[in-house]
Amino acid sequence: MVAHAETIPKRHHPLLAFAARWLFTTNHKEIGTLYLWLSFLLFFIAGGMAMVIRLELFQPGIQFAQPEFYNQVLTLHGLIMVFGAVMPAFVGLANWMIPLMIGAPDMALPRMNNFSFWILPFAFALLLSSLFMEGGAPNFGWTFYAPLSTTYGPPSTDFFILGVHLMGISSIMGAINIIVTIVNLRAPGMTFMKMPLFVWTWFITAFLLIMVMPVLAGVVTMMLTDRHFGTSFFQAAGGGDPVLFQHIFWFFGHPEVYIMILPGFGIASQIIPTFSRKKLFGYDSMVYATAAIAFLSFIVWGHHMFTTGMPFVAEMFFMIATMLIAVPTGVKVFNWVATMWRGSITFETPMLFAIGFVMMFTIGGFSGLMLALVPADFQYHDTFFVVAHFHYVLYPGAIFGTMAAVYYWLPKWCGHMYDERLGKIHFWSATIAVNMTFFPMHFSGLAGMPRRIPDYSLQFADFNMVSSIGAGVLGLTQVFFLYIVIKTIRAGARAKARVWEGAEGLEWEVPSPAPLHTWNTPPVITEGQAH
Amino acid sequence: MTSYAGGLKSGLTFLILWGLPHFALAAKIDMRPGVTEMSVRIQQIHHMGLWVCVVVGIIVFGAMFYTMFAHRRSRNPTPATFSHSTPVEFVWTLIPVLILVGMAVPTTITLRDIEDNRDSDMTVLVTASQWKWRYEYLDSGISYYSNIATPQEQIDNLEPKDEHYLLDVDHPLVLPTNRKIRFLTTADDVIHSWWVPDFAVKQDAIPGFINEAWTEIPEPGIYRGQCTELCGKGHAYMPIVVEVRPEAEFDKWIEDQLLAANLAGEAAVAARAKTWSMEELVPQGEAVFVKHCVTCHQRDGMGQGSKYPALVGSPITTGPIPDHLNRVMNGKANTEMQAWAPQLSDLDIAAVITYERNNWGNDTGDVIQPVTVYEAR
Amino acid sequence: MNLRVRNRHTFLLIALAVGMFGFAFALVPLYNVFCEITGLNGKTSAQAALVDEIEASKAPVDRKVTIEFLAQAARGMPWEFHPTEGKLVVQPGEMHATTFYVRNLSPHAVTGQAVPSVSPGQAARYLKKLECFCFEQQELPARGEMEMGVTFVIDSKLPPDIRELTLSYTMFRVEDVEHEHFTSRNE
Repeated sequence: MVAHAETIPKRHHPLLAFAARWLFTTNHKEIGTLYLWLSFLLFFIAGGMAMVIRLELFQPGIQFAQPEFYNQVLTLHGLIMVFGAVMPAFVGLANWMIPLMIGAPDMALPRMNNFSFWILPFAFALLLSSLFMEGGAPNFGWTFYAPLSTTYGPPSTDFFILGVHLMGISSIMGAINIIVTIVNLRAPGMTFMKMPLFVWTWFITAFLLIMVMPVLAGVVTMMLTDRHFGTSFFQAAGGGDPVLFQHIFWFFGHPEVYIMILPGFGIASQIIPTFSRKKLFGYDSMVYATAAIAFLSFIVWGHHMFTTGMPFVAEMFFMIATMLIAVPTGVKVFNWVATMWRGSITFETPMLFAIGFVMMFTIGGFSGLMLALVPADFQYHDTFFVVAHFHYVLYPGAIFGTMAAVYYWLPKWCGHMYDERLGKIHFWSATIAVNMTFFPMHFSGLAGMPRRIPDYSLQFADFNMVSSIGAGVLGLTQVFFLYIVIKTIRAGARAKARVWEGAEGLEWEVPSPAPLHTWNTPPVITEGQAH
Repeated sequence: MTSYAGGLKSGLTFLILWGLPHFALAAKIDMRPGVTEMSVRIQQIHHMGLWVCVVVGIIVFGAMFYTMFAHRRSRNPTPATFSHSTPVEFVWTLIPVLILVGMAVPTTITLRDIEDNRDSDMTVLVTASQWKWRYEYLDSGISYYSNIATPQEQIDNLEPKDEHYLLDVDHPLVLPTNRKIRFLTTADDVIHSWWVPDFAVKQDAIPGFINEAWTEIPEPGIYRGQCTELCGKGHAYMPIVVEVRPEAEFDKWIEDQLLAANLAGEAAVAARAKTWSMEELVPQGEAVFVKHCVTCHQRDGMGQGSKYPALVGSPITTGPIPDHLNRVMNGKANTEMQAWAPQLSDLDIAAVITYERNNWGNDTGDVIQPVTVYEAR
Repeated sequence: MNLRVRNRHTFLLIALAVGMFGFAFALVPLYNVFCEITGLNGKTSAQAALVDEIEASKAPVDRKVTIEFLAQAARGMPWEFHPTEGKLVVQPGEMHATTFYVRNLSPHAVTGQAVPSVSPGQAARYLKKLECFCFEQQELPARGEMEMGVTFVIDSKLPPDIRELTLSYTMFRVEDVEHEHFTSRNE
């Protein structure tokens, strides 16, 4: 984004110099930029797949995608959105902002940082290339339940397994880097309980990543040995158990969904105080609530499996543990409202996205609470109600959170203000489209529409048509977002160092655009300053 | 401008464009009550959860809307400075806990009743395979397969779709009213899930394992459901239809089925006694092929890639007859090719093999007799 | 930044990641233990019950339990497979025996392995098997047939609210050498 002549190694050809700069960079800001662009690209690829899905579901009958191809698109949409769009976007934000926010000159492990990014393009190239292979891409959903993915998986499943390993290694290295940076590189006086909430949520998220990504790696390794080396972890024939797969997968999978939302909580906790011109309400309880959510995420995995024939006692345990998550999550939402309370609020685009995040994430949280009730879950499970639920927490949650962060910090990154009018148009059109896409899914699910089907009976037609129209509009609004971002990078009003008048934090003490090297002399945080 | 207007606007758009033309909107967007005691109780739990969320939502969103209106900068230029309050935080941690306990109690009671499979009057074994159901009445020994009955032409938009598009089967599961019916579920290949919303029964069918569920249906009628666990490309095409009959009629139906099984046995004996000609077998074989085989092997017998092999000139369809018989009758392990011996009659198997060996340029000239199939069983 | 401290933290975190990778594999035996304790998935023991275990389960009780038998051949398994008795009414603590019938329908010798499953799952650990054809592989010559036995005791400590249980076997084909040869010739 920002040209920094002094770092460009001497090369004869400018293209070579350009490639070398980005390939070999160890600068946290440049790597952050790379992460953000990669996730943006993958967001559009997986979004394009969502368009294929919605196009096929626009009407009953098979029009555009044969069932086999539909399943492949569905699988890649989920995998790429989770591992390619949401997670790298958050890692990118962490790379850019954490050193700035804690007064560190760079990440603690810069070369590992470079490596963990450059694995990713290969991982996703591998995954996407499976679309063109004999037998097609993986077609078993992003949850890849055995034995559909083991015994019955297409040949490309092995490429999928390798791709997952690469993504996992990248995420683990990224997470290690973030923890080591936070522990070792905080500026003098920046105690843990003075860290900005975004740093705190990422600190906890990084621990979740280090603890669950290896479990994912383990489960795909077991798949690989089941497929090729004669083991039977998941095959009843050899004494294994397909349900074991689900237990291990969801032991990874549930913390994973919090990995995709906790940094979003951090972002909302930065933005809402700024535009309310008031300190974050209940900082301590925000930290504890985040830690509580992270802890609980390890003991609720069974709520994804209520219909697998679990005994009563296990169902009760997972139901109650799941309901408990509502308590710390509620604390967070109440704290955000209390932060706004009697503030002096303005509604710039980042604030709009943050408020949209809080509200619509809460709707997703509500449906999550309903899903925890085991008897009702028997009716909701694997229907579009679940699809509505997790898209409400992920789209207006994780993705709106990321967009709020981009509008909030983009002036700091590139030194230009975005066009406020365009930002507002983007927010309102995206909000309307998001609700139009995902709200009717609650109804089609309650009416009995199973998820992951390319074709459906006539009673679901109206809801699906609304969803599909909404999805088309939603896709366009994100193309518009791309336009806004590019426009801002190229030109715009000059941004001040403290971009937002109510903003607090070290990132606003460096000039905009942030120079390539910041905080070479660490700032000193005095007693009075906090988060 | 605030974000609630976004939700409101899209909600209104939705209502105006789509809601108004439909009467009884609430019935259309709510979970259905179903017909059994359990499905009604589950709907009540759903309502409890929903209303708790609605009330909490009104309070939280109400507070947000209020603060966005009352505390915006034009009305409240000087912000307050408070940043925590232990009593308030304690209260809003405690209240959700109390609400959750209140929700957990009735839920637990219902769940305990759902999990009580004891003292059933009859048992049906539900076996799932890609992409059909097999029902076996363990008390009377009757068993049959239930396939989707929606014609491919409707799926491909060549014909108008009928009322029960994708929710119609050739042989529905027949059940009696007012008896406690226990379902045992299992699967042949991958995990499937048997779901009839009106009974609120959803149970995964897992290969190598059995699961239990039960229902008791007070009302005769036809109830429809679908497979709810992704099970491959035919996942959308394995509907469930349950025909519930009054007890006496059901008992009569069971007797009829036993009789029909006898008759089918006699027909099979007659079929074995006869020597069939190529002209008789090929059209019948084609019909069987279109019904059961085209999803994977395609109408032209060319298959789809290595996963669904071509039958044209293949070593099976042009090689030794016993191998061909074995593959069709017993299937192939760890692939989607299933065993057809339990699903098709001797005559059907003889016909489809004859058809495959003498079509699309395969010219073995072999005519397979039902008696050959019988002997291979 | 103290590089030694930084490196120590890095290695600790790498060790945590490696440990969690191992933990994923440790989940497999943990799960089996957990299943055995809670009857999570209706798995019965793959080995014969020990004598003292049997003796301990023999305390006579005055109640009857219905046990239902199911059998199915897995895909690609050319065997007819069914119980000779659909169900038995038994007294917990008493020894019982039953048989299952198999017939090889194919023109080749085939080896099979039966895998049991019990429902309700909680009942699985109260079903003690002294002898079972599922403990080892079974081989049938072309078109051969046989009856295979199970001897079992239902533990008298079976919770009183369980009044009927189902014992189901799925017969899987063991990919023996002869079979490999057979399929490769036909591919």
